[in-house]
This record gives sequence, C-alpha cells and structure tokens, in this order.
Amino acid sequence: MSVLYLVVPVALVIVAVALGGYVWAVRSGQMDDLETPGLRVIRDEL
Amino acid sequence: MATLVAPSHTPRTDVACTHCGLPAIGVAQPDADAPVFCCSACATAFTMITAHGLGAYHAFGDRRLAAVRPSGRGFGDFDHEAFHERYVRVDERGMARVELALEGVHCASCIWLIERVPLLVTGVARAELDVRLNRAIVTWNPAETSLSAIARTLDALGYTPHPYRGGARADLRRREDRAMLVRIGVSGAIATNAMLAALAIYTGEFDTMDAGSMQLFRWISLGLTIPTLAWPGRIFFSSALAALRARTVHMDVPIAFALTAATLRGTINTVSGSGPIYFDGVCVLVFLLLVGRFLQARGQRAATDATEQLFALTPATARLLERDGSTTDVPADAVAVQALISVHAGETIPVDGDVEWGESLLDRAILTGESGDVQIGVGDTVYAGTLNRTAELHVRVKASGEDSRLARILAQVDESARRRAPVVLLADRLASWLVVVVLALAVATFALWVRRDAAAAWDHTIALLIATCPCALALATPLAMSAAVGRAARAGIFVKGSDALESLSRPGWLVLDKTGTLTVGETTLVHFTGDDALRPLILALEATSTHPIAAGFRRAWPGLAADPAVRVTHTIGGGVAGVVNGHHVLLGSPRFIAAQLPGSVEACLPADDGLTPVLVVVDGVIAARAGFGDAIRSDAAESLRTLRARGWRTMLLSGDTAAVSVGVGAALGFAPDEIVADASPEEKAARVQALVKAVGGGRTPPCVAMVGDGVNDAAAIAAATVGIGVHGGAEASLATADVAMTRDGLAALVALEHGARRSMRLIRLNIAWALAYNILGVSLAMSGHVTPLVAAIMMPVSSLTVVLCSWFGKPFAPETR
Repeated sequence: MSVLYLVVPVALVIVAVALGGYVWAVRSGQMDDLETPGLRVIRDEL
Repeated sequence: MATLVAPSHTPRTDVACTHCGLPAIGVAQPDADAPVFCCSACATAFTMITAHGLGAYHAFGDRRLAAVRPSGRGFGDFDHEAFHERYVRVDERGMARVELALEGVHCASCIWLIERVPLLVTGVARAELDVRLNRAIVTWNPAETSLSAIARTLDALGYTPHPYRGGARADLRRREDRAMLVRIGVSGAIATNAMLAALAIYTGEFDTMDAGSMQLFRWISLGLTIPTLAWPGRIFFSSALAALRARTVHMDVPIAFALTAATLRGTINTVSGSGPIYFDGVCVLVFLLLVGRFLQARGQRAATDATEQLFALTPATARLLERDGSTTDVPADAVAVQALISVHAGETIPVDGDVEWGESLLDRAILTGESGDVQIGVGDTVYAGTLNRTAELHVRVKASGEDSRLARILAQVDESARRRAPVVLLADRLASWLVVVVLALAVATFALWVRRDAAAAWDHTIALLIATCPCALALATPLAMSAAVGRAARAGIFVKGSDALESLSRPGWLVLDKTGTLTVGETTLVHFTGDDALRPLILALEATSTHPIAAGFRRAWPGLAADPAVRVTHTIGGGVAGVVNGHHVLLGSPRFIAAQLPGSVEACLPADDGLTPVLVVVDGVIAARAGFGDAIRSDAAESLRTLRARGWRTMLLSGDTAAVSVGVGAALGFAPDEIVADASPEEKAARVQALVKAVGGGRTPPCVAMVGDGVNDAAAIAAATVGIGVHGGAEASLATADVAMTRDGLAALVALEHGARRSMRLIRLNIAWALAYNILGVSLAMSGHVTPLVAAIMMPVSSLTVVLCSWFGKPFAPETR
C-alpha cells in the first residue's frame, strides 16, 4: 500500500491545479454573466 | 346629409415591415423584393444596418417583433464634461469606457446587433452587452467619435441608452459575487476529496487496512479541513462572533459550535491515531451551507437593485440661456432657481419651471401615465423628466435637482423600498428557535452521557451537532425559490425578490392601475356611427397626424387606402380640417365642431359614456360620430374573478378622471368604494401605504400587491408588499417592481398567484423533510446510535432529498406547457 504515499499527494496536487484554474476564471470575470455568452455564440457564425 | 360619392379605394393586403416584422399598415409594396416599413424609424434602422453590411440581422427568425421607437433625442448631454466626469472612465491608452442602461433589449439578435455597433460607428472599439441586466459596456476612442453619436446610433436601432448610475455599487456586488463563487469552488473541491478520504477510512474499518494507511488518510483529512475552515468557512465564525457580541443567536452560532467541536475532537483523534475524525462532515457542511447562502443572496439582491435604474430618467445637463442670448451647458443639478433655460424639441425637460416662451406638445407620461401629448404654452408649469416633443421652449427654473417633483417621487420610491418591513421568511422563523433547541439538546446530551463515559459524551454531542446542522433547512427555501423563479422566468414572469412569492401566497389586497394594466393603454375606436364610405375620407385627413385619435383611426381601419388630403389645417386641442376628393371634411371634438358649425352639434352628442367623442362633418353636415376610449383587456374580467375567488380583495387606483375610472371599474366588478380616481403618483403611494398599514403587521401579514405600468405607479409599487410591473410598462416601474411580467394581459397575474402558492407548498414540504431528518438525527444521536458513518450518510441524503424535491416539484409548470 506504500504507493498511496505517492498517489494521494499527486491527486491532491492535480486538484489544486484545477482549483487554481477555477479561481482564476472567477476572478477574471468569466462567471459574472452566464447568459449572454451562450446566446452570443448562436449568432456569431451568421 | 350630403350625398357622398364613394371615393375610389383599393384595399391592399397588409405587408410585414421588413425591419420589425409588424404589419405595415396602408403601405404599398412596389414589388415583391422591395423593403417596406411600418414607420420611418424602422426605415432608418434598416438603412443603417444594411449600409454597414449587417443585413444578416433581418434573416434572424427571432429578432425583436416590435416597432423601433427611438426617443429622437440629440444626446448632446452625453458629450458634456459633467457627464464624462461622472460616468466615463478613460484608460491609459486614451480609450473611454461607459456603462449604459439600454431599453428594449431582450433576445439573442439584440446581442448580435448591439455588439456590432463598432461596425456602425467608426471609433468604437467594443460594445459588450449583458442581456440579463440590459446593460452595455461601450469602449471607444474619444478622438474619433463622440458618445452622443454612439448614443444616437443605439437610439435609432431602438435601444434608447441611459447612463448607468450605479457603477460603484455594481462593481462592489460583482466583487462579492466572485468572492462567494471562489469560496464555493474551494470548499466544494475540498469537500469531495475529504469524502473520498473518509470513504477509504470507512471501508478500511471493515477490511484490513494497515495502520499506516489509515493514519495517512486521517492526516490528509485534517490537512484538507484546515484550509476549508480558514478560508471559505471563516464567514461562519466571524458571523457567529458578531452575533454573540450583539448578544443574539442565529443559525451561524450552532454551525460555528459544531464546526469547532468536530474539528477539535477530530484533530485529537488524528494525533492519537484512534477514534472518529468527523472531517468529511465538516467539509461537506461548509460547502452545502455556502451554496444555500449564495442562492439566497442572489435571489434577494435583485430586489435591492430596484431604484438604480430610475435615476437614468432625468437628463444630466441643462442649457442655460445667458442675457446676451448665448447658451452654456451646465449640470442639471446645479441650475439656480430663477435661471432661464432652453429645451429643444425632442429633449427631456431637466428641471421644474414655468414656460416663459414658446409653444409645444409635452409628453407627461412619466409623471401622470397619460398616453397622449399635452399642449402647453406660456405660463404653464412643466416638470423635470417630461419630454418636449415639437418645439423649443424657454423655461424659468422653479426647482432643480433634488427639489424637482420627479426627484421627490424617486426619493419616495427609494424610501418606501427601504422602509418596507423585511418579510421574515418561513425558514428564518423556524431557524431562530431551532438554534435554541439544538444548543439545549446538545447540552442535555452531554450531561446525559458524561457520567457514564466522558469520551462517548463528546462523540454523541458532536454527532448531534453535525446531524442537526440546519444544512437541509438552509437549502430548503433557497433551492425551492430558485427553482420556482427559474420556471417562472421561462413563463415570462420575472420574480426579483424571493420574499415576493412567499408574500403572494397570503391573499390580501390587490391594487390595480387602470391605464395599461386593466386596459390596453392606447386610444381605441370603440364605436363609429356613419357611412362606411366616410372611412377613407377620415383616414386621408388623419394620415399624417401624430395625434392619438388619428393613430386610433388608423389602427381601427388598417389596409384602407386613402387619397391625399389637401389644405389640411390642424387646430391643436380641437380637430383637423381639409379637402379630400373635393369634399370639405371637418373632424374634431364637439366643442371644435360647434365653433365651426353653430347650433347643430347638441343633437348629435352621445350620452356621457366615458368615451372621448369625435364628430365628422362633410360639406357642412354632421355625417358621422365616433367614440374613443381605452379598451379593457380581454382577459381582465375573467382573471379578476379568479383572483377574487381565491380570496383577494381588489382596488382600482387610477390617475384618470372619475367618469372613465368608474366606467371601467363597474364593468370589471369593482365596488364603488374600491375605485379611486384622479390619484396623483404621490396619492397612489399614500393609498397603498395606508392599505399596508391597515392589513396589519405581525409575522405573516396578508399581502398588499400593487400592479401597475407607469412611472406614476413606481412609488406605489415600491410601497406595496409586492409590486408587480406589467408588460409594456415604463422601464422605471419594471425596475422597482418585485415581479416584472413580459406576458401580455392579466392571465399572467393569475399564473403568478397560482405559482406562488405552489412554491410555498414546495418550500413547506422541503422544510418538513429537513425537520424530519433533524428529529431522526437528534433521537439517534442522543441514544448514541450515530456513528460517524451514519452521520456521513445522513447529512448528504437529507440535502439530496431537498434538492430532488425542489427539482421535481414544478411550480409554474402548467403555464410553461
């Protein structure tokens, strides 16, 4: 079971990286308006 | 009666306006491909859009089906220094940025068109629209174009811009929102990992996990819990501390106790290497509580935004007339009393004052809710916020800025919104005593067990605190509310305050505005007695007039071609005269006709039926009589009957004259003492306040709902327990309302009332589930049957029940199908 000493910390590091990405997205305003971008993309190709 | 030669007219089929898709009445289409327009505003917008290669807009199936209604303002004040100082920010590269509140935004095509403003106006770098808030952020290069040019373009497209004055508050709110989302994300990620670690520990207990691995997961859990308490969970501790300092208790106090006790015990057990650790429960608790809190805050905040939009209504600058005839622009708030200002045609009057020079038509709808324009001249008093339609006016200032009547009404709106007693939500009422009960039970549990076994006393007390944590209870209301609000929005009913639904489930008084709410809100031809052959003559005479009566004739007889009229003269406030096909035609009020044709009018006058009479004279003989009125909405009577049957008392509160109000009120079954006519905006608010006071206070007072559409209703809407703005109403009244409806007619009101009842039933069900789980948890914990495993299963399951309940309970559902 000694592999756990390596795998679990690695998993936690991956979580930390994903969380960092989320925090960055929120702080740069990507979660401010969840409605407009969804509608915007419908029209962009026309 | 003169014999009439039936004028030659060829009825043409109506064609749809190329821009807005509404029928273009009385317009000939030269050939199948040529564009046709219902009005010149649509023609302007169409030309502008196609000239810049944005013709794709007209291929969109879901573009707005509404005639373009530009305000026609020059937006000169948007270029003024004082305006820029307040609303425009310039970045280091010299690009200017402004946040504009737009009217008339509502679909994907609107986003497409507005965000292509950079293509329409050179010098605009970006235009970004938030479709939910109806706000656009425009970035432009001041060296290349002016803000007024951008504003005129938006206006011509039908999106009248106003400066958004709540910028600082909006930024603050945005920061709060982001901080909360970060907290939820962090606590969520930690909670899932803590649960995984806990899963390993629990399964390890049944199986044979070596002590080293077990200890590893214990320490990992501890390592995960400390950051979740120190960062996202900190708000519970600070709020509990604040409550204790103020010598009160609320939901955060037992939460903080539970978190502290469980973490301490867990840490001790981790260090000693034996016993339960509770960390998974702590992490999940923090996460779920934060989610509940976020949903609740978002629901309530929309209501507090209310008044911000109102302040966009008054213009920011006034044009001061100097003695030598020159003009200077000054901020409207700073105009001195007795100064003389000039207001051009199409501009909003910035101050209260008396007209010193000039004659014009004034649109006072913002204050009075009247649909028609009013003729004003020297000596008449004009108010800030009203729109000068046709000619320049010089106005001697009587009051400006905060002393103006509009500002006083707005202040009243603000005040009534603030003074409104906060509705104590069902969940909060329960929570306040639940807290005390839980703390008492915790003490009892500890006292019960401590004599037998000190360690078990600790464990059972902590288990009790965790099991009774108002997790599901905290989620019960916000979840059910946001599910209901979401469904209502899809049905065209926008609920802004979550307390609105709870209030609406307690029937009390339903106060309704007349014009635009119970009635259609526009001048409609109610009856016409006369030869049908006269119709083209009348239309010919009224073809070019902007008068509401003329528009009423045109709407009543669409598709009828009219020969041109010659020698047309308009008498303002009287009528119109002209020659059509050789016939002298005269059309106007009885008083106007009597002046032209003495002695012949009295016999033709109808009984006073609350309608506006119009007489038609052809070649010196009265040939026809028409009655104009505001038609009652077709679903009004039925809807009111339903609502009365559900226990609501109704009242009609109108700014219109007594004759008209009583006529409409009687037709809709209002008792005579339930009809109030001639009410000013201030009086409307006072009436509603009196009703709110009359129904009494207490914890669950019956609801006083005000339904209205105009700015004249805004103060009353804010004063009511629940304010409801109806479709097509002024932006201001929609802004102050707790509920805004985008569906036509009163049927939406019935749907709203029904949905509110069903939402409350759902909330009660949720709370019942949550309480049942709590009671079960308490009895198990006190008897010592809650192991950490049971607690770890019970807590998510209780929350999950509430989530599923909210998801599958369907308030507002019958209306969405």
